[in-house]
Amino acid sequence: MALGLATGAVSLSLPEVGHGLADTLRGQVATQQALIVGQIRLPRVLLAAVMGATLAISGAAMQGLFRNPLADPSLIGVTAGASLGAALVIVTGGSLLQGYVGLTLVSAGAFTGGVIAVLLVYRLATSPSGTSVATMLLAGIAITALSGALGSLLEFFADNDMLRRISLWKMGGLDGANYPRLILATVVSSALLAVLPRYARALNALLLGESEARHLGISVSHVKLALISWVAVGVGTSVALVGTIAFVGLVVPHMVRMLAGPDHRYLMPASALAGALLLVVADTLARIVVAPTGCRLV
Amino acid sequence: MQPAPGQFSQLTTLQLQRICAAPWGSALLENITFTLEHGSILALAGPNGAGKSSLLQFISGDIPATTGQAIFRNRSLSDWSSQERARHMAFLPQMSLLNFPYTVEEVVMLGRTPHSSGHQVDLAIVEEALRLTDTSALRHRLYTRLSVGEKQRTQVARVFAQICGEQSLHGQLLLLDEPTSALDLAHQQQVLEAVRHLANRGCSVVLVIHDVNLAASIADRILVLDGGRAAALGRPQEVFTAVLFKAVFGVDVTISHHPLEGYPMIIPRRGAAP
Repeated sequence: MALGLATGAVSLSLPEVGHGLADTLRGQVATQQALIVGQIRLPRVLLAAVMGATLAISGAAMQGLFRNPLADPSLIGVTAGASLGAALVIVTGGSLLQGYVGLTLVSAGAFTGGVIAVLLVYRLATSPSGTSVATMLLAGIAITALSGALGSLLEFFADNDMLRRISLWKMGGLDGANYPRLILATVVSSALLAVLPRYARALNALLLGESEARHLGISVSHVKLALISWVAVGVGTSVALVGTIAFVGLVVPHMVRMLAGPDHRYLMPASALAGALLLVVADTLARIVVAPTGCRLV
Repeated sequence: MQPAPGQFSQLTTLQLQRICAAPWGSALLENITFTLEHGSILALAGPNGAGKSSLLQFISGDIPATTGQAIFRNRSLSDWSSQERARHMAFLPQMSLLNFPYTVEEVVMLGRTPHSSGHQVDLAIVEEALRLTDTSALRHRLYTRLSVGEKQRTQVARVFAQICGEQSLHGQLLLLDEPTSALDLAHQQQVLEAVRHLANRGCSVVLVIHDVNLAASIADRILVLDGGRAAALGRPQEVFTAVLFKAVFGVDVTISHHPLEGYPMIIPRRGAAP
């Protein structure tokens, strides 16, 4: 974290970071260190940590639900839906998309798109006899493909400026970090971190198979709906705020499982921690590699 | 003492009356009626597709009945919430889908999911279940790296751990779908011994076993299913006759008797199968 605060286009030594932090806390925002640390880097590093935790814990929950260590949150269509939502806002928004309001609008579009996509996937996979996880996976892939196609159509009609915005947004990145976004992310992430571990026992039983879990007293359909909803909110928020950062949700739970085993009671908190760490490190590297602009995370 | 037919006594765990089930259109079960007492073992026999697994799935709540009445522990089977049911009924399915690297001990511990008996009690019960299935030595091995038979014993241990909640096992119900299909001779005997041990403590058992000789050796009663209907129900020596095997399985057999235990031994005649 400290390293993340210290590095960037203007290198600061660790004591300077300390001064900057102290100045910010005292409300003196005029010094150079305070500006860099307090206004630019601190929200960025914190946002990275919070979003990393959100994505990783969502990934852990999805891999458990799908009983597939290769599953990731984007499988249920949320990422593709969010991308389409954002692209739609960018293309149709026109002159509204200036500065701060624009970013917020795009984020709102992304969030809405993500949630709609998940609802659609869930509806497609639900029949009177219950929700089939396999159908949900297929529906997720179908919705992802459809969103991708619609997105390409939008890009076809977009002008140069829009195209640049769309592609930049799609790459994902933490350069839009500021305190309002950080607060929103923290609220969502705390909710996720508080709620998802409650399903750890259910997820442990689900790894045995759905009917086995039912015979162990888990109300599987309720757990499924709850997990999908929470992950949709979590990942929808993350895509809305920082774009599509794909690797954290897939890789982190996988790595943690290799080290700590598949027990979700430990897997979920450990994944959250590791996800936070990984995204902070990745973002720090991204800023070092292409200083002074800072490169984007894909 | 046998209760009068249709009456539910204090010693009855499960009673099925004229159960029909057709979850996917065609009938899987037709007019199945039986009563299961505390501590008794019922074996289901019959050719492939006769409805043995469907009957277990009905009892465990996986498929609904279209008509008929089922009572489990003084209450209609459909009135049980899954959490409540899981404390008194454990089901071992035929195949396991588990492909995550749990240790054997963790898998068995999953059997304690519906209970809130505390970690110490859970550990003791898991220990007992591991011992009963001879999986104590495997406890720290990864489930994904076990042989098929070792996996089966681990899953058996899991349902044992689930059912062994209370001091007395009276009124508990264990459903086993081919618990010994992948086991060697010694472990077949050991697992069936363990099932008998639980039954002696009061647990009722319904199990599917394809090996009719094993079924005859373990079961108090045998229900032979054919095309979703009950072809015969009764004690092994009453049910297993050459006529029945010819009618239900289409196989000519010679019925002998175990020299020490006396239960019927079924010996197929070579070249007699159609």
